[in-house]
Amino acid sequence: MVPTNYYVILSAILFGLGVFAFIFKRNIITIFMSIELMLNAVNLAFVAFSQAHGKLDGQVFVLFVIVVAAAEAAVGLGIIILIARNRQTLNVERVDLLKL
Amino acid sequence: MTAQLAVFFVLGALAVIGAISLILQRHPIHSALSLIVVMVALAGLYLLMGAELVAAVQIIVYGGAIMVLFVFVIMLLNAGVEEHTSISKLAGAPGLLLVVALAGFIAASIARSTGTVQAAVQTGALAPTKDISNMLFREFVYPFELTSFLILVAILGATVLAQREKS
Repeated sequence: MVPTNYYVILSAILFGLGVFAFIFKRNIITIFMSIELMLNAVNLAFVAFSQAHGKLDGQVFVLFVIVVAAAEAAVGLGIIILIARNRQTLNVERVDLLKL
Repeated sequence: MTAQLAVFFVLGALAVIGAISLILQRHPIHSALSLIVVMVALAGLYLLMGAELVAAVQIIVYGGAIMVLFVFVIMLLNAGVEEHTSISKLAGAPGLLLVVALAGFIAASIARSTGTVQAAVQTGALAPTKDISNMLFREFVYPFELTSFLILVAILGATVLAQREKS
């Protein structure tokens, strides 16, 4: 058996990479993808703890997280299309209407 | 025993490489393909943990539906190579600092926990899919129904957002 710690450490690494991509990337679609990466990392931790405790609650939670992620992706990509149509750019630094 | 560990390390390395590739690629479509690699690797890890249903849903919903949506939007908007200004290069330093701090915090939490947690159940000892269905439609039936409402709202929201304005 693989120790649960390994899964949690892998999940932490993936979450950290997701946070870094979220901060560093400038393309709004890629930023959105890094959010999906973070959600995936958390899902991995959920399943690992579910297995460690021998209960299935964690796996049910993962299903809910996936559903919410799908809904979020649909709405978020709609917003991205709207931004691209109104501002003619996908660079988040050019979307600065609220900036002083 | 060691075979499982070997599979874990291969799939884990694949996931981490995919995530790093997501950061390093300049073109969004390459980032999307890297993310698909991460998701498939994670599905393999779920299989390794004996979570067949979650693995299947991961491939179908994440690797299939959501990523197709991403690729479709990238093609629709004709997204090109992302440009980095001086400010965005500057953002890497505090970002790296934040990630190191976060990783340190998580590592400290794991180190403080009670040593190595061994899995309580053998893989395949429980019949997950049947039990998950039972839980989903008994204990979690209200959240389940609420998510259907959430999806309805998301469909309406996406349709309203993406429709062309009448001029």
